[in-house]
Amino acid sequence: MTEVVAREVYYCGVCSFPPEYCEFGVSLKRCKDWLQDNNQELFDKIYSDDALATQTSTLSIERQEKISQELAKKQLKEEAKQERELQKKLASKVLIKRIERNRRKHIISISGLEVFNIDMKKLAKTFASKFATGASVTKTADKKEEILVQGDVSDEAKEYIEKLLEEQGLNGVEVEQVDEKKKKKATAPGATPAA
Amino acid sequence: MFKKFTKEDVHSRSNIKSSAQRGLKTKFVDQFEDLEPVIDNIIPKKSQAILIKCEDKIQLYSVENEVVLFQHFDDLIPTLKIVHKYPQCFPRVQVDRGAIKFVLSGANIMCPGLTSAGAKLPEENLEVDTIVTIYAEGKENALAVGKLVMSTDEIKSKNKGIGIELLHYLGDGLWTLSE
Ligand SMILES: [Zn+2]
Repeated sequence: MTEVVAREVYYCGVCSFPPEYCEFGVSLKRCKDWLQDNNQELFDKIYSDDALATQTSTLSIERQEKISQELAKKQLKEEAKQERELQKKLASKVLIKRIERNRRKHIISISGLEVFNIDMKKLAKTFASKFATGASVTKTADKKEEILVQGDVSDEAKEYIEKLLEEQGLNGVEVEQVDEKKKKKATAPGATPAA
Repeated sequence: MFKKFTKEDVHSRSNIKSSAQRGLKTKFVDQFEDLEPVIDNIIPKKSQAILIKCEDKIQLYSVENEVVLFQHFDDLIPTLKIVHKYPQCFPRVQVDRGAIKFVLSGANIMCPGLTSAGAKLPEENLEVDTIVTIYAEGKENALAVGKLVMSTDEIKSKNKGIGIELLHYLGDGLWTLSE
């Protein structure tokens, strides 16, 4: 019996479809760019003028045009949406607060992650095992979520979050670190309390 | 059935017993005879299949971190990833180009989309309830899997109404489920 080998199918790195179906997705422009960078041969096969011209379709020209118009509209809308989301992400920042519990103990609170579609529960778990400490996700007063990590790991957390953002191509996003000192009982007269 | 499916619909995962795994393979081959030579590639003898129970009694089976088939009532149905790897093992039909976008939005397939000039049905009749893989005019790879609501002979003669119930398609919740 001859060995049957699995057929290798190449999938689009943007929309995950076999590239011949990218035209029906919502990110055709990015799909095309990606394919050209990653698989010139397949790109030519699908998008060269010849390929487009000889694409055998039995549909009437009007129907064909209507379909492409609708697809183009949908793609434009989706691209605009993606652009808006990207701008929103770039304009957001992550805040890591280092909070003093007593003279030697700190916890850190990380907020502002939801806009980046980062799975907070998973990240808390990662931190818990990475730093061998306790970490949890809690709701803040303004109904958002924050991750609380026990221990003075602000720098390590910042580094890790920056790496996650970088994987999303969001290098410009600010991860701000602040110190929240325990209020001193005896504030010097006239001194303004630290913000 | 996977239009709105997400990770949240997964209830539990469990290893299946080796006897159950053998049974699963036998049943799958029973249903698609042409799988015989490749079934050990899809579910290797030494692998451990995982049963993933989901909302609405959907059951998925995953092998080596990839869902390879799912159960729908009494049918075992291959995922598109498996269809792409072993296209020759499953009955196939073809829709015309105009039907592609409807299929990719999860709609059942109407008979005219299967009988027009760009479409193809096998010459030999396929019985009602057959699980078929769905291809498209001008495309190489399957874009969906479905179940015949009427025999292909009937689709040709009636040419009206729904011909295929769509079960799984490119971009649905099962396709995007990352294991
Ligand atoms: Zn794509």
